[in-house]
Amino acid sequence: MMALILRDIRIGVRAGGGMLIGILFFLAVITVVPFGVGPDLKLLARIGPAILWIGALLASLLGLDRLFQADREDGSLDLLIMAGHEHPLALTVFAKCVAHWLTTGLPLVIVSPALGLLMNMEPAAIAATTATLLAGTPAITFIGATGAAIAVALPRGGLLVSVMVLPFVIPVLIFGVMAAYGAVEDPAPFLQPFLLMCALTLFFAALGPLAAGAALKGSSD
Amino acid sequence: MSDTIAPARRFSLTALANPTRFLSYSGKILPWLGGLSAIILIVGLYMSFTAPADYQQGITVRIMYVHVPAAWLSMMGYMVMAVSALGTLIWRHPLADVSIKAAAPIGAAFTFLALATGSLWGKPMWGTWWVWDARLTSVFVLFLMYLGIIALQRAMDDPVKAARPVAILVLVGTVNIPIIKFSVNWWNTLHQPAAVIRMDGPTIDPSMLWPLLVMAVGFTLLFFFMHMVAMRTEIWRRRIASMRRASAREQRGAAKPVLAE
Amino acid sequence: MKLVVDDLAADRGSGLIFENIGFSLGDGEGLVVTGPNGAGKSTLIRAMAGLLRPAHGTARIEDETGEWTDLAAASHYLGPINAMKPALTVRENLAFWQAFAGKPAMAIDEVQQTVGLEHTADLPFSYLSTGQRRRIAIAKLLLNWRPVWLLDEPTSGLDAASERHFAGLVRDHMKAGGIVVAATHLPIAVDGMKRLTFGEALPA
Repeated sequence: MMALILRDIRIGVRAGGGMLIGILFFLAVITVVPFGVGPDLKLLARIGPAILWIGALLASLLGLDRLFQADREDGSLDLLIMAGHEHPLALTVFAKCVAHWLTTGLPLVIVSPALGLLMNMEPAAIAATTATLLAGTPAITFIGATGAAIAVALPRGGLLVSVMVLPFVIPVLIFGVMAAYGAVEDPAPFLQPFLLMCALTLFFAALGPLAAGAALKGSSD
Repeated sequence: MSDTIAPARRFSLTALANPTRFLSYSGKILPWLGGLSAIILIVGLYMSFTAPADYQQGITVRIMYVHVPAAWLSMMGYMVMAVSALGTLIWRHPLADVSIKAAAPIGAAFTFLALATGSLWGKPMWGTWWVWDARLTSVFVLFLMYLGIIALQRAMDDPVKAARPVAILVLVGTVNIPIIKFSVNWWNTLHQPAAVIRMDGPTIDPSMLWPLLVMAVGFTLLFFFMHMVAMRTEIWRRRIASMRRASAREQRGAAKPVLAE
Repeated sequence: MKLVVDDLAADRGSGLIFENIGFSLGDGEGLVVTGPNGAGKSTLIRAMAGLLRPAHGTARIEDETGEWTDLAAASHYLGPINAMKPALTVRENLAFWQAFAGKPAMAIDEVQQTVGLEHTADLPFSYLSTGQRRRIAIAKLLLNWRPVWLLDEPTSGLDAASERHFAGLVRDHMKAGGIVVAATHLPIAVDGMKRLTFGEALPA
C-alpha cells in the first residue's frame, strides 16, 4: 500500500501540472470574486470563508476524474483489480485517495491562508477556515473517488463527476463554512459544526472507497 | 485430441424470460392501475377543494394536498430506486436496472413538483419564495441527485455496462434520505415538523387528514402507473437496441474455438 | 498444480462472444490461443484473469499444496498495454510492481539485465521505444513469482531477436513448472504448447 501511495505522489508531483493547475485554478477563482462583488473590503472579509471554501471545492473537483482514468489507460488498473486477493480493492482506492489528497488537496490548504489575506480576512477567520479546509477537503476526495470510479469508463467524464459528486459535498461545504463563521461570529459555535464535518470526512473515508471499489470491479468488463 | 466445435451461439432466453412475463402481466394490470389512480385523484382533488380552509393559513393551505404527497413520493421514488439498485448489485436481475432507469425521471418530476409547490406556498406563508433551511436544502440536494443519476444514465450508451455504476451511485445517494426525513426534527427549521407520520399520532385535524391521505394514495398509484409504463417502454427500447446490434453481428458469424495438441 | 477452464462462455453485452471452452493445463504446460481479430482471444484471457465475469463456466486453479487458491492471485497478466507510468523511471516502475505484488523473485537489476535494458534503469519510461517498453513489461513477469502467466499479444512491438528471447523466457518458465496461456496472432517459438484456435468467421 505504501508503495502505491509513494508512486502516486511521485506521479502527482513529477508529471507537473496536476498539482500546480489546481492551485492556479484556486487562485483564479479567488481573484475573480473582488471583481464580481466589487472591492468592498468589509464585504470581502465577510464572505471570505465561503469564497475560500467554494474555490477549494471547485479546485478539488477539477482533477478528480483522472484519479482512476490514468491507471485505466495504461493498464495498471487491471493489475490493481487483479491484486484484490492480496490488497482489497477498497484499500487500494483508499491509498490512491490519500496520495491524491496529499498532492492536490493539501497544497490548496497550504495556500489558503495567503488567499485569505487577499480577501481581507481576520487572522482568526483565516486560521479557522484553514483548519476546516484541512479536515474537510479529504471528504471531497473520498466521495469524489466514488464518482471517478463510476465514470472511469467514460472518455469525458470530468463534468459528469462534478455533477454526481456535488450533492454529496454540499453537507461538507455547509458545515465547513458554518464552522469557519462560528470562529469569528460570536453566538455561533465553532466546535459543533467542525466536529460534524470531521464526522462526515470519516464517514466518506469509509463509504467512498468501498463504493469506488465496487464500481471499479465492474468497470473491467 | 479431438476437436471441439462450439455450437451456434444460443440466444440467451433466460435473460428475456422475466421481462417477457413482466410485459404480459403489466399489460393486464396497467389499465386498471391507471383507471384507479385517476378515480382516486379526482376524489382526492374534490375532497381537497371542499375541505375547510385553515384558520391561520386560509385558502393557501390547499397547496398542501399536492405538496405533501409530492414530497413523500420524491422520497419513495428514491427508495424504489435504492431497492432496485440492490436487485441489480446482488441478484443482477435485468428488470431491476430497468426499474431504476424508469423511476429516475418520475422521481425527479415529483421532487420538482414538491419544490415548486413548496415555493408557491412559502411566498404567502414565509414571505419568500425560497429559504436555505435544512429541509429545503436536503430536498434540493435530492433533486440534484436525481439529475446526476439521469445524467450518468444518459452518458453511458450501453445499458448493460451502465447498470452497475448507476446502482452504486443510487445506493450511495441513499444516505440523503434519512437526512431529508429527519432534517425538520434535527435542526430548527422554518419548515414545519412532521405532522402526519409521527410516533404520537398525527397532529393534523381529520378534516384535512383525510383528503391528504386520499391524495397520497392517488399520487402513489399514479407513480406506479407511470413507473410501469416507463419500464415497458424501456424494455422495448432495449429489445430494439439488441436486435439492431444482433443484426450487425450476424454478418460476422460465430467464432468456433478448436483445441489441439 | 492444474489450471482448469470449464465450459467457459463470455458475453460483452451483445451476445456470446465464445462459449464451450474447456481445457486443463498441468505443471509446465502451455497453451497458445490464436484466431482472427475480434474472435475473443483477449476476452478469454481477461475472463481467466478474473477481469471479466464469464457468462457461463469457470476458470480456476487446483493446487494440492494449497498455496494458490485463486486464479487471479496466482497469475501474472500481461495485457496489451504495459501498465507502466511514463512519468516514472524504469526502476521506479518495476520497484512499485515488485513491492505491490508481493512474493518477490528476482532483483530489479537482474530482471533488467535479463531483457537487456539495464542501461535504461534511471530513464523515465516515456523515453523508451515501443519495443523497449514491451520488454520492460515482459521483465515485470520475472519480478514476482506467479505460477500462471496470462499473456495477451505478448510479442507485439518486439523485433525478431527480442521475440526469440521472449520465447526463451516462456520456455524457462514452463521448465520451472509454470503454466503459460498466450493469446497471439504471431507464432511463439516454443515447442510442446497446446493450441486453441478460434476459427475463421462463418458467414451467417
